[in-house]
Amino acid sequence: MLRFFLYRVALLIPTFIGVSIVAFAFIRLLPGDPIMLLAGERGMSAERYQELQAVYGFDRPYLVQYFDYAWGILQGDFGQSIVTKRPVLEEFFTLFPATIELSLCAIILAVGIGIPAGVLAAVKRGSWLDQTIMGAALTGYSMPIFWWGLLLIIFFSGTLGWTPVSGRISLLYYFEPVTGFMLIDSLLSGQAGAFKSAVSHLILPTVVLATIPLAVIARQTRSAMLEVLGEDYVRTARSKGLAPRRVIGLHALRNALIPVVTTIGLQVGVLLAGAILTETIFSWPGIGKWMVDSVFKRDYAVVQGGLLLIASLIMIVNLLVDVLYGLINPRIRK
Amino acid sequence: MALLEIENLSVTFATSGGEFRAVDEVSLVCDRGEILSIVGESGSGKSVSMLALMGLLPWTATVTADTMRFDGRDILSMSDRQRREIIGRDIAMIFQEPMSSLNPCFTVGFQIGETLRVHLGMGRAERRERSIELLKLVGIPAPEKRLSQFPHQLSGGMSQRVMIAMALACNPKLLIADEPTTALDVTIQAQILDLLIGLQKKNDMGLILITHDMGVVAETAERVQVQYAGQKVEEQRVRELFDDPHHPYTQALLSALPERATRHGRLPSIPGVVPGQGDRPAGCLFSPRCRFATDLCRQTVERQGPEFGYALCNYPLKEGVPTGHPGVPELESAR
Repeated sequence: MLRFFLYRVALLIPTFIGVSIVAFAFIRLLPGDPIMLLAGERGMSAERYQELQAVYGFDRPYLVQYFDYAWGILQGDFGQSIVTKRPVLEEFFTLFPATIELSLCAIILAVGIGIPAGVLAAVKRGSWLDQTIMGAALTGYSMPIFWWGLLLIIFFSGTLGWTPVSGRISLLYYFEPVTGFMLIDSLLSGQAGAFKSAVSHLILPTVVLATIPLAVIARQTRSAMLEVLGEDYVRTARSKGLAPRRVIGLHALRNALIPVVTTIGLQVGVLLAGAILTETIFSWPGIGKWMVDSVFKRDYAVVQGGLLLIASLIMIVNLLVDVLYGLINPRIRK
Repeated sequence: MALLEIENLSVTFATSGGEFRAVDEVSLVCDRGEILSIVGESGSGKSVSMLALMGLLPWTATVTADTMRFDGRDILSMSDRQRREIIGRDIAMIFQEPMSSLNPCFTVGFQIGETLRVHLGMGRAERRERSIELLKLVGIPAPEKRLSQFPHQLSGGMSQRVMIAMALACNPKLLIADEPTTALDVTIQAQILDLLIGLQKKNDMGLILITHDMGVVAETAERVQVQYAGQKVEEQRVRELFDDPHHPYTQALLSALPERATRHGRLPSIPGVVPGQGDRPAGCLFSPRCRFATDLCRQTVERQGPEFGYALCNYPLKEGVPTGHPGVPELESAR
């Protein structure tokens, strides 16, 4: 198990280098110039432009720029934003908790509903319940996130007025962030109604972000479960006189979860991509919105640093999933 | 009163092509301390009838019977919950594929202990002790070590031993073994059969051995029931069955045994296949494959009395000669 783990960790290094090259090249391949965007409509003189290029080091060959950048990363320095002049890492960690809070809630919702729904559909295979669940899953999977988000805003925030349209908490409340997680901070602040406000702001973005992973998890659980329910060991479990709940919930589900866990791991990447859209729709101050804004401003340091950090996050999550996979599947444990 | 009494058990499956009758009015009796063997080709409804007794058939199956009594209790009128109390405790079953019959995600110890906890409410230490005892009973060396192993670490024969240990956990009164040796190496087959028979004697269990291997029957069983296409075609004590089979199907099965092939050349085989859903003949189901079949057989078939082993045949065999058959001399010369 330890060797397996160390091997997986070692594999992260080349992946990390690859991502850093892609992130570096990606933003420079886009048309547009950060310095010109900085100047805005006023424009600037050729001398001033040259001067600024030298300040940011953009006048050097790409190879030199890359190695300078890579050397910085090795020392934990991701550079600083051209726009805000603040270190990339600092901005990232300010905004990161908002994204984590949203993503965590979404994945909990997706797993918490997707797995039971998939199990139910498999057990009641062919029934109206199965068809309803799978129909809903297909609809959810095919739904464009931005459109679905807007629909929910129009209905729940507009027509019904039940939930706020955007942001993380009502402007009525203010407190210093302690953990960065609004649900926890609002509780810690002790202000009446703050927690309720934070929850109500979180509901719609969570639902929107969870929709696609939920649909994928439900479908995957159903098909894995259907396969497992026909296995000999399920018959053995029933022949022991175990209650159906135990046969399905323990003997069958435990085996069906093996492919589902892989799917959940892959969904984390989808989730972070979805977070970019969701955060933009709901003005959620997380790294998704931050990345989108930076791309528009061609903020080289933020885009390449942010991409690298997000990619690292996905890599770490996938590593954890692999470890989890080893834990639930005794056959690959050594 | 016998331990298990089943009268006219039928199982039909609802399929997309209409109803399919997998078991057709089969009756069966098995007593404590007795070994009953059910023989027949694939598709003869051997396993299905036993799965029906265990309540393990899918919901597409409809089970009907005149009587289904176990240990004096009527199984037909039981609720699912009541039946689950008996299953795994008083009636246990082992299966054909031991490797895939154990759950790959749980340890051997967990899987044996589970039965003990559910049916006998044993605590952790007690379960461990009993599991070790059971593994010793089925001849597994170093049982303490095996408890923490997973099924993929066991061989086929070892897995079947674990399955047997699991089945015996609550000292069942009846053990159903569904082709327990088919998937195993020949050398292991004999060991597993010896083990089953030894345990059956020791625990005074009833043992129903489902097989398609007449060799296994000869070595183990006391009473034999031959099934064909879901019907019981003959029932006799094993000695008598081998000496004087009354149904042409039994005779054909026996003459296909290599040990009994007296003439040189090819082994005799039974032409054709067991009828399935679409091609069930009228009258005797074996008539298309039977060398004694007459027009009468293609219309109707009669069950004989105990003197002919309850054979489901119009012309039951006596010393190899069909009784009352219109064309016996021709057949004799044809041979």
